[in-house]
Amino acid sequence: MTTVMTDTPIDSKPPRRVVSQQTIAPWLFLLPAFLFFATYVLYPIVQSFYISTFEWNGLYSPQYRGVDGFTDQQCLELGNRAGREPGCELTGDTVWNAEYVGMENYRNLYTDPFFWTSLKNNVIWLVLYFLAIPAGLMISLFLNQKVVGMRLYKSLFFFPFVLSQVVVGLVFSWFMLPGADEGLLNVILGWFGAGPVNILGNADTATYGIIAAGLWPQTAYCMILYLTGLNAVDPEQIEAARLDGAKGPKMLWYVVLPQLWPATFIAIVVTVIGALRSFDLITIMTNGGPGFYNTSVLAFYMYDVALSEFGFRMGYGSAIAVILFLIMMVYIAGFLWKMWRDEKG
Amino acid sequence: MRSIFKTGAAALAAATMLTGVAHADGHSVSGPLRIFSDMSNPAPRAVMEDMVARFTEANPEVEVELVITDREAWKTQIRNVLQSGTADVVNWYAGNRMAPYVDAGLFMDISDLWEEGGLTETLASTQGSMTMDDGIWGVPYTYYQWGVYYREDIFEELGLEAPTTWEEELANCEVIVESGRACYTIGTQFLWTAGGWFDYLNMRTNGYDFHMALTAGEVEWTDPRVRATFENWQTLIEMGAFIDDHQSYSWQEALPFMVNGEATAYLMGNFAVAPLREAGLSDDQLGFYQFPQIDPSIEPGEDAPTDTFHIAANAENVEAAEAFLLFVASAENQTLINNGDNLGQLPVNANSQVDDDEFLNAGFDMLSNNATGGIAQFFDRDAPAEMAQVAMQGFQQFMVDPSTLDQVLMILEQARSRIY
Repeated sequence: MTTVMTDTPIDSKPPRRVVSQQTIAPWLFLLPAFLFFATYVLYPIVQSFYISTFEWNGLYSPQYRGVDGFTDQQCLELGNRAGREPGCELTGDTVWNAEYVGMENYRNLYTDPFFWTSLKNNVIWLVLYFLAIPAGLMISLFLNQKVVGMRLYKSLFFFPFVLSQVVVGLVFSWFMLPGADEGLLNVILGWFGAGPVNILGNADTATYGIIAAGLWPQTAYCMILYLTGLNAVDPEQIEAARLDGAKGPKMLWYVVLPQLWPATFIAIVVTVIGALRSFDLITIMTNGGPGFYNTSVLAFYMYDVALSEFGFRMGYGSAIAVILFLIMMVYIAGFLWKMWRDEKG
Repeated sequence: MRSIFKTGAAALAAATMLTGVAHADGHSVSGPLRIFSDMSNPAPRAVMEDMVARFTEANPEVEVELVITDREAWKTQIRNVLQSGTADVVNWYAGNRMAPYVDAGLFMDISDLWEEGGLTETLASTQGSMTMDDGIWGVPYTYYQWGVYYREDIFEELGLEAPTTWEEELANCEVIVESGRACYTIGTQFLWTAGGWFDYLNMRTNGYDFHMALTAGEVEWTDPRVRATFENWQTLIEMGAFIDDHQSYSWQEALPFMVNGEATAYLMGNFAVAPLREAGLSDDQLGFYQFPQIDPSIEPGEDAPTDTFHIAANAENVEAAEAFLLFVASAENQTLINNGDNLGQLPVNANSQVDDDEFLNAGFDMLSNNATGGIAQFFDRDAPAEMAQVAMQGFQQFMVDPSTLDQVLMILEQARSRIY
């Protein structure tokens, strides 16, 4: 064996990879957003799971330490009277007085009729809210014409989406006011000799009344999505289809709608989210009533038991929030899977 | 102005003495004092600001930092304020409403201040509602009566007298319903108004002590005595005593029914008088009577909610906070802030004077002489928060559809066995 000697040693290490700016830059730009997302979204989600295993009224007690011969333990035993005892002084810290109960909150949810009412209403919301998609499509097709003043009509149809949900709720509450000559609805019904009806005061119809109010802005939202989608429809394909003799519903179904799929997809996304987080309309229009949570949904019920005027059940509220999160997760996972599949082509 | 003890001068002297107590240990109070208040409506807000101005005048060394929060928002914000230690003095309510904060040790026990400041005598009437776990946790500054406000002119037109017994009440109501009106207006959308009706019906059917035991969770909701209360309520509902669709109105939205004469009376707190007057009802048209007795052998209990000031457990300037509470509790101050130009309510201090207003006089007279059963706070202040929430929903449900009574009572009983 001979050793080959060379003047210059062979560098056995691979060439050092220079981290290019293009690799780092996106992460740097993402970092602030990610930090905010982690602090205000991810961390609270984890925290909700954690709190849902406790029974807690949402309060922290001030912590005392013993001075002048008092022990910390003595101050602790004094409880809420420690503040008057000269031997106890504030440490500036707080004590979290929650009690670990494991899965107890979830077991209670299972037997809680109000939870099931809320869940049932959530499903009704989810199903009926989908009406906004065909309704939005119809209006957008109707508005997608070249007529003088069309921009004004488009604005008028889009208008409800700009309004705050609170305002929408108020307007519809007034519309549905119960007396025979109070709400516009009952006045109109009166012309036909019908009514008066109290939609929001009746446990069987109130949820539908609120959904009707919610559909107004939601339809406007879907409409705007479809209007932009219609701009992107390929005129050549329309022309070709027309030469082949397609028109009316067939043209819509086989030529236009497939090209509107991206708009439809987004419309479904925003509609599902809109339905699941419905809260403000319910608060304004019925306050969860009449009676026991008859128009409540999970978001409302969670707020009511944990955060409202009489809400002191943080653990229980967190458990409801977790359930709502899991329901949304099913949907979000499906959405992500669909996106991944589409991207892959 | 009318003096309760007819000794205005003595009352003033007592007030001066009281403010003196704050300085009794020889040094005057100083430093920053942070006050959080929920007196956010225009009139109460002015009262609060004026009260702070007068306090600073008397104690120039104290720099008061006053934060006024929306009254409804404060009901949830108080948790954060008390826990973060940003306040020395806060506004709140008496009764069970204090319980979460007392239990969590967030309010300061001021029993000593009550003893040294002579409040045990001057504020004796409310000492019970401020006491919990052997401590006293705040001072009251105002309270107001509940009762039936009615249209005197319509009663006259129909030849009716204000009822004092249940039989008279039902007979009156029959005449009113026949005339095409409802006996009572009420708006139950925000639930608590129905709580007032339950309080009165239960206190008249079963008495004050039973009512207190029930709100304290010591009696089952399925108890036949509770059922008797609901049966009396049902009698009224079924004869058409209440306006239709009350579940869709707030208490303010129910006022026009009375103003327009579609309903003849309103069971409400004294704060309803101002909007009724503003809506155009003169004092000749408007009358007040105590809720009629149902069982003559039962001493009448009354609702009179008390609003209060408290010191936070982690307050930094306890001395100034105590001085401020004594100032608030003084007879002189309570006379001033409760007069018709300010809060228009009743002062708590026994040495203060009640403003000469028809309804304040009637209420004061009723609470001093004719509330022999006892004085309750209000359903949502006597019962713990969670119970109040469920129960008031149940009351609304029952008022809309009395046939659901069994279901309602069952749900309330389940809630009771869980909460207490």
